[in-house]
Amino acid sequence: MSKENNDLKKIASQVRRDIVRMVHGCQSGHPGGSLGCTDFLVALYFKVMHRKPGFDMDGKNEDLFFLSNGHTSPLLYSVLAHAGYFDKAELASFRKLNSRLQGHPTTHEHLPGIRMSSGSLGQGMSVAIGAAITKKRNNDPSIVFSLHGDGELQEGQNWEAAMFAAHHKIDNYIATIDYNGQQIDGPVDQIMSLGNLHAKFEAFGWDVVEIEKGNDVEFIAAELLKIRSEHLGKGKPVCILLPTQMGYGVDFMMGSHKWHGVAPNDDQLKAALAQLEEGLGDY
Amino acid sequence: MKKYSYTEKKDTRSGFGAGLLEAGKRNENVVALCADLIGSLKMQDFIKAFPDRFTQVGIAEANMIGVAAGMTIGGKIPFTGTFANFSTGRVYDQIRQSIAYSNKNVKIAASHAGLTLGEDGATHQILEDIGLMKMLPGMTVINPCDYNQTKAATIAAAEFEGPVYLRFGRPVVPIFTDADQKFEIGKAWLVNEGKDVTIIATGHLVWEAIKAGEQLAEMGIDAEIINIHTIKPLDEAAVLKSIAKTRCVVSAEEHNRLGGLGDSIAQLLIKNDPVPMEYIAVDDSFGESGTPEELMKKYGLDDIHIIAAVKKVLQRK
Repeated sequence: MSKENNDLKKIASQVRRDIVRMVHGCQSGHPGGSLGCTDFLVALYFKVMHRKPGFDMDGKNEDLFFLSNGHTSPLLYSVLAHAGYFDKAELASFRKLNSRLQGHPTTHEHLPGIRMSSGSLGQGMSVAIGAAITKKRNNDPSIVFSLHGDGELQEGQNWEAAMFAAHHKIDNYIATIDYNGQQIDGPVDQIMSLGNLHAKFEAFGWDVVEIEKGNDVEFIAAELLKIRSEHLGKGKPVCILLPTQMGYGVDFMMGSHKWHGVAPNDDQLKAALAQLEEGLGDY
Repeated sequence: MKKYSYTEKKDTRSGFGAGLLEAGKRNENVVALCADLIGSLKMQDFIKAFPDRFTQVGIAEANMIGVAAGMTIGGKIPFTGTFANFSTGRVYDQIRQSIAYSNKNVKIAASHAGLTLGEDGATHQILEDIGLMKMLPGMTVINPCDYNQTKAATIAAAEFEGPVYLRFGRPVVPIFTDADQKFEIGKAWLVNEGKDVTIIATGHLVWEAIKAGEQLAEMGIDAEIINIHTIKPLDEAAVLKSIAKTRCVVSAEEHNRLGGLGDSIAQLLIKNDPVPMEYIAVDDSFGESGTPEELMKKYGLDDIHIIAAVKKVLQRK
């Protein structure tokens, strides 16, 4: 194992601690999906994305990321803090009055690292595609990433965007679907089945790639780098299906929709933190 | 009464088309999107001049709003184009989250607003759009009155930093404002100075207000006419200055009485200087099929109804 990959694991463990502590701190928020997507976002920000130092809204000549499933905001905030966009001490203000760390991500409070508000589901794919078009028009070779919940794909706007991206050959864009099979009311297959998602995106004209191990940060990083170098610029938007486990890393939160939007109590926090190494130091 | 005349009639949407082309010439960052209504929105000239700066979205307005919001990241100034109904009600949450709350520099160009869309009927005749848009924090709402003003407003919207809702219409109407006018967002235009009553009009109702003013002058009533093209932010100083003199108001707009320009004026009066006021607006109903002229008459949005409202408000002084 390289030192770098070891670092990725340390970061992921720290981010998970942050998520659980942030949600506990305000007794609200969405730990399940945040924990499940931690490995993806850590791999993306710390291994895959080409980022400039500092932050400006236009993000020219650097890769962009858009979080469409905005309820996983504690994950994004923790990753942004550890990536250097703001001081990790600010994570303690999550969902509290006068905070820049709103319940769902927003540009409104001018938090560095955020380029679009999200929370009302189904809007992020359109936004990411728009940003990708502007990159092409600006002859900017950097690319655009986005993350979406699987349940979120029940929103029709996604399929408008999917059709559009293929028609306009948006091939500087990678959309990743958090394929955890859970949504607030229960398993996706029981609430509103997505059917064969792989075939659906392919039928819409996308290049669909599956990453087998959605909670293995090293594996994801290697796969993302491969996808980035082999699948872009070929006339098709790229969709990654990423099977994850909701609540991954905390045994009693794993694999169930029950921790989609519930905060742990004091005992549960203690039990969760006992399972997560303090990789970089708590905020 | 100051004399206004016209030699030509044109649709305000053509003013938008001309303004978009001019804005595109002035700034290479101006781009346009359309949801399968290029001809209706008069976008052909822009597309011909700048084919690489136009994006056809198809009949998918929600996606269009999101794509436009994303395009601003990297410095583009997108104009979205479709009918007012599909520019607002259909995509309200997309505008709210991805444009207004995110403070994106998108210009929502909305044609065929109001009753004057005509024969297509109520499904397409939105009368609630001004209310929907003005309730969004940070949204600028503009409703120009003729071809020249719409062209100037379009150019001004491109130069303005921030989200703009630009509302215009389908039918040909008199061109009575200057071709080379300077359009200042948020600044009222004093159409006619008077002392007896203030008529505050927007959009297609400005010409009706002028016609009413001429007839009122013959009756010995000296009407001050103000054109509010920017409904938000409202030029409060211009309105308050006028009513300090006339002590009564008639508002006139092609919109539901609830939530439109009239309500903005009424709120201003209540807080600062309550005087009698009458509304010329659609009285909380949907429209229906008919010619624009027939509809404006039936729903009380013409010079005759403005004159009646003036007489009524004068009695309440």
